[in-house]
Amino acid sequence: MSAMHQLPTVTPFFADKQQLLSEILGRYPDYGQRSALMPLLWEVQRAERHVSEARVAEIAEILGLHATEVKGAMSFYGTYHEHPVGRYHLQVCRTLSCALAGADEMADFLEDELDLVNGETDAEGRFSLQFVECLGSCGTAPVLQVNDTYFERVSRSRCRALVDAMRRDALPEPTRERGGDNEAADPAAAAEGGAT
Amino acid sequence: MSDVLDAPKPITSRFDPRFETTLYAHVGAAGSHTLAYYQAHGGYEAARKALGMEPKAVVDEVKASGLRGRGGAGFPTGVKWSFMPPVDGRQRFIVCNADESEPGSFKDRYLLEDDPHQLIEGMLIAGWAIQATKGVIYVRGEYYHALERTQAAIEEARAAGILGTGVLGSGFDFDLILHRGAGAYICGEETALMNSFEGLRANPRLKPPFPAQAGVYGLPTTINNVESFCAAVHVMRRGAAWHAAMGTDDSKGMKLYQVSGPVARPGVYELPMGATFRELIFDLAGGPTESAKALIPGGSSTPLLPWSEATLDLPMDYGTMAKHGSMLGTGGVIVIPEAKCIVDAFYNVVRFYAHESCGKCTPCREGVATWLPKMYQKLLAGQGTREDLVVMEDMVKNMRGTAFCPLADACAMPVQASFKHFRHEYEHLVDTGTSMYPRRREWAE
Repeated sequence: MSAMHQLPTVTPFFADKQQLLSEILGRYPDYGQRSALMPLLWEVQRAERHVSEARVAEIAEILGLHATEVKGAMSFYGTYHEHPVGRYHLQVCRTLSCALAGADEMADFLEDELDLVNGETDAEGRFSLQFVECLGSCGTAPVLQVNDTYFERVSRSRCRALVDAMRRDALPEPTRERGGDNEAADPAAAAEGGAT
Repeated sequence: MSDVLDAPKPITSRFDPRFETTLYAHVGAAGSHTLAYYQAHGGYEAARKALGMEPKAVVDEVKASGLRGRGGAGFPTGVKWSFMPPVDGRQRFIVCNADESEPGSFKDRYLLEDDPHQLIEGMLIAGWAIQATKGVIYVRGEYYHALERTQAAIEEARAAGILGTGVLGSGFDFDLILHRGAGAYICGEETALMNSFEGLRANPRLKPPFPAQAGVYGLPTTINNVESFCAAVHVMRRGAAWHAAMGTDDSKGMKLYQVSGPVARPGVYELPMGATFRELIFDLAGGPTESAKALIPGGSSTPLLPWSEATLDLPMDYGTMAKHGSMLGTGGVIVIPEAKCIVDAFYNVVRFYAHESCGKCTPCREGVATWLPKMYQKLLAGQGTREDLVVMEDMVKNMRGTAFCPLADACAMPVQASFKHFRHEYEHLVDTGTSMYPRRREWAE
C-alpha cells in the first residue's frame, strides 16, 4: 500500500491532553469506563464547537467501542453537534413559560436580526441560532442561552444590546437573576432592579 | 381524644409564626455556595449526626418524617431507601437526579448554583443510610453554572475531608461523581438517566428490576431528586417530628414551589406543604398581572385547573391535587392568562413532549412525537374539523398507560385536561377558523 492511499491523518484531540484524559477516565470505575463517553464528547465540543467523525472514531478507540456506538449515543442528545456551530451559539427557549413572556417574538427578532433560520450558522461562523425546549429558567423568562451562559429576563432592548455586544465580541457577564424568595439578597440582582 | 384536641395544629402557611425557611434560606446570600459559608451556618452537622447513628435508624428517621420525593412522583423517600438489598460486598450507588427539565420547574438549578453543599450533605446522609460509598450527581447539560458551582463544592469538600476516605472523621468512605447530561428531558426518568450515565442511548429500561436491585452498572442503586436530598439534611438536623409538624395528612414538610407566567414576582418560594395556591400566587408572588383562566399546578405534565376562588383555596399537596384530577408534580405552577389561546398553549406543551420523546414505544412515537403535533398544527392553521377533535381525544386516551415510561402520559394528561375544561376554545377554532384569543405582543420592550 503506497502512502498515497492512506487516509488523511488528523492529530488526535487528546494526543497532548493525556492528563485531562486520565482525569476523565479516572472519575469512573474500571467496569464503567464507558461512562466517560459523554464527558469526552463535551471536551471535544467545547474546544471545537462540534464533534467530527474523526473525533467520534478517536473516542470510540479510547473507550474500546465501535464508532457507531459513540454516534448512536451522541445522536440521542440535542446538544452535541455534528457540524460546527458559531462562536456565539444562541439558544432560544420557546417552551410555555418563556412563550408567555414573548419567546416567539424573540425568536422572530433573532431570525430577522441575524438573517438566520432555526438551526443555521452564518457564513462568518459568528452566530448560530437554535430554538430549544425548556431551559429551567421559567421564573426569569424569557431566557436566551449563549454558549454555556444564561441571559435571563431578556427584553427586546436587552436582546438587541446582547446581539450588538456579540458583534463587537464583547459579550457581557450575565446578570444572575432568580426572582422569588431572597431575590433582594443578591446585591447584583437588586442593583439591576429586576425586570427591565 | 384529648390528645388529638391538644395536638398542635400542623403548619400549613408560610405566615405561621412557627414556620421558617430552611431549604432555600441561604440561596441568594453572598458566598452561599462556599464551604466556609455553609459551615458557618451549621453545615455538615446533620451529616455528623447521621454518621453517629445506625444506617437503619437514619432510614427510619426519614420514613417517620413523611418526606416524599420532590422530583415529581412523590414516592416516600425513606421507603425508597429501605428497598436496598442487604449489604453483600457489591458496590452500591446513591444517585442524584439533577436533570431538572419539566417545563415550569426551576428550583433545583438555584439549589445547585447557590447551595451545592446542602446537596452534598444530603447525599452523604443518604449514602450512609443505604451504605453506598459512591454517589453520582447527574446535572442537565444546560446547567453549566450549576455544574461549575457543584464541581467547586465537591473539590472543597474533598479538601476538607468531607468527601473521600473516612469522611468527617468517621470510618465511612464516600465520594461523588459529577456527570453532565446533554439536553434530553427523558434523562429525568430514572432508568433513562442510568443508561445515559453509562454512555448508552438514554432509552428507559424495563422495570422491574427496580434500581435498588439493578441500577447503575447493574448494581444496587437509589435515585432521588436534588430537593429530596436537601430536605433530608433538615430532617436529620431538626428531627422527623419537626418535619412532620408541617403539611397535611399525606404531604409533610416544606417544599420549594415555583411560579411562572404573568405574575408580579415569579420565582421559587419555600412554603410548608398544604399552603394554598392563593398564598403562593397572591401573597408571595404578588398576584397575576392580568386576568387568568387556568393554572398548571406542578409542571407542564400536570393537568391544569380552571382559575377560580375555589381552586386558589386548594392546599398544594399530593392528595388534594389527586382528588381534583391533577398532580403536585414538581410544584412548578404556571399561570395561564385569559388572553392566551388554550389550543396554542397546549400545542406548545405538546411540541415539548414531541421533541423529547425517545421514539421507543409506538404510542409515544406515533402519538406524542408525530400525529398529535400535526393535529395541533392543522387546528392552528384554521383547517381543523370537529371530527379532528374527536380523533385527538381518542388518540390521547390511547396514549395513557400504554408506553414504557411516563412520557406519553405526561403529554396526554395535560391535553385531556385542556379538552375537559376548554373544549369551547378548540370548537371555536375549528368552527370559525380563528382562535378565540389571537396572538398578541407579549415581549417586554
